[in-house]
Amino acid sequence: MKTCLVVDDSRVIRKVACRILNELSFETEEAENGADALVACQRRMPDVILLDWQMPQMTGIDFLKSLRRDSKGNHPVVLFCITENDPAHISEALGAGADEFILKPFDRGLIAAKLAEVGLV
Amino acid sequence: MNSHDFSYLANVLHRRTGIILAEKKTHMIETRLMPVVRRFGFRDIASLLKELHYGHEALVQAVIESMTTNDSAFFRDRKTFEEFRDIVLPVLKLARSETKQLRIWCAACAAGQEPYSIAMVLDDAKLIDAGWTITLIATDINSQMVARAQDGIYSQFEVQRGLPIRRLVSNFQQEGTSWRISDHLRRMVSFRTFNLLDSYGWLPDCDVVFCRNALMYFDLKTRASVLDRIGEILAPDGALLVGPAESTDGYALGYVPADSAPGLFYKSKPAPVRRLSLVK
Ligand SMILES: C[S@@+](CC[C@H](N)C(=O)[O-])C[C@H]1O[C@@H](n2cnc3c(N)ncnc32)[C@H](O)[C@@H]1O
Repeated sequence: MKTCLVVDDSRVIRKVACRILNELSFETEEAENGADALVACQRRMPDVILLDWQMPQMTGIDFLKSLRRDSKGNHPVVLFCITENDPAHISEALGAGADEFILKPFDRGLIAAKLAEVGLV
Repeated sequence: MNSHDFSYLANVLHRRTGIILAEKKTHMIETRLMPVVRRFGFRDIASLLKELHYGHEALVQAVIESMTTNDSAFFRDRKTFEEFRDIVLPVLKLARSETKQLRIWCAACAAGQEPYSIAMVLDDAKLIDAGWTITLIATDINSQMVARAQDGIYSQFEVQRGLPIRRLVSNFQQEGTSWRISDHLRRMVSFRTFNLLDSYGWLPDCDVVFCRNALMYFDLKTRASVLDRIGEILAPDGALLVGPAESTDGYALGYVPADSAPGLFYKSKPAPVRRLSLVK
């Protein structure tokens, strides 16, 4: 079973995302900020990370930078969840190693489509 | 809507477009007709349908357009575009290396996602830089869709599905909450309102025809006749791409399916015996 780490400071959004991912046959884990997510990744590297941008403690982009510094190559796949498609933000995140973007609010169809695009379903 | 009204509408639609309406979809039909009722100032659907008997062209066209299903997506059925890029284009590049001319027709283009996806693939292949002349014609029966396609402006929702983010940032400009296709891609496509049941005389001979997810709304006889006529304007070594759901036997009559490439067909001599047995 493929694993997905859901990183978001909103408990509701984590729950919604996990339910969708479970339905898509992913095993899920949650983290509420970038720092917790790094710890979770050290414990066990997931196949894919659903990553929020704005979070207290450690933002999504800072998390992504340290993740890519520490791990080899492009693993795991990182799907950035954003609320506005600001090209400057997007290029910053692409530079930091994001694979794809999901615009909030997301639904099952969108998550499934993006996972398919990156070859995970 | 009573069944008399339904039959009348279904009959007009079928005669003019080949589209088959299912009576169990009455609710959907009514929902789609309501904007036309309002736009033309009718009291209700019944009075609109009564007026339809007089055959005023603008009204008939509006009713027909409201009955079409226009959903689409960039790179919808991604495999089809991979087949186009990896199988169809390389062969044609060789076959047309003398003339350096490529003519492609996208026969039911909806709001333009399909022709622009084709344009992006062609753009990646750098054919124009290499001196090729590319004619990319995109048509649809729905003039409102064609106008939207010409504008090339898409919502956040529309660009989210099918378009990898790198393509989005490199091939579109953001305008407020929408995205506009780059000018150089827009200029590659010529749009026109066109009914697949009308005469194909104005079309050039084509090397590739995309006719995806439109035939499936037609009855078998109309499908066969549209495919026949596409065959008439398709170059002898030309390719036809239909939707994966349409690639089953019985659809692309008179074409030869490409091995292990669902939805891709080559032109060949029609096989009359097989065709006759399949057409009702
Ligand atoms: C579901 S969309 C498919 C769009 C696109 N080809 C795709 O695969 O995503 C079907 C399109 O066929 C068009 N259509 C239906 N009947 C037609 C006809 N008789 N002539 C031309 N276009 C037609 C509709 O207006 C609609 O835009």
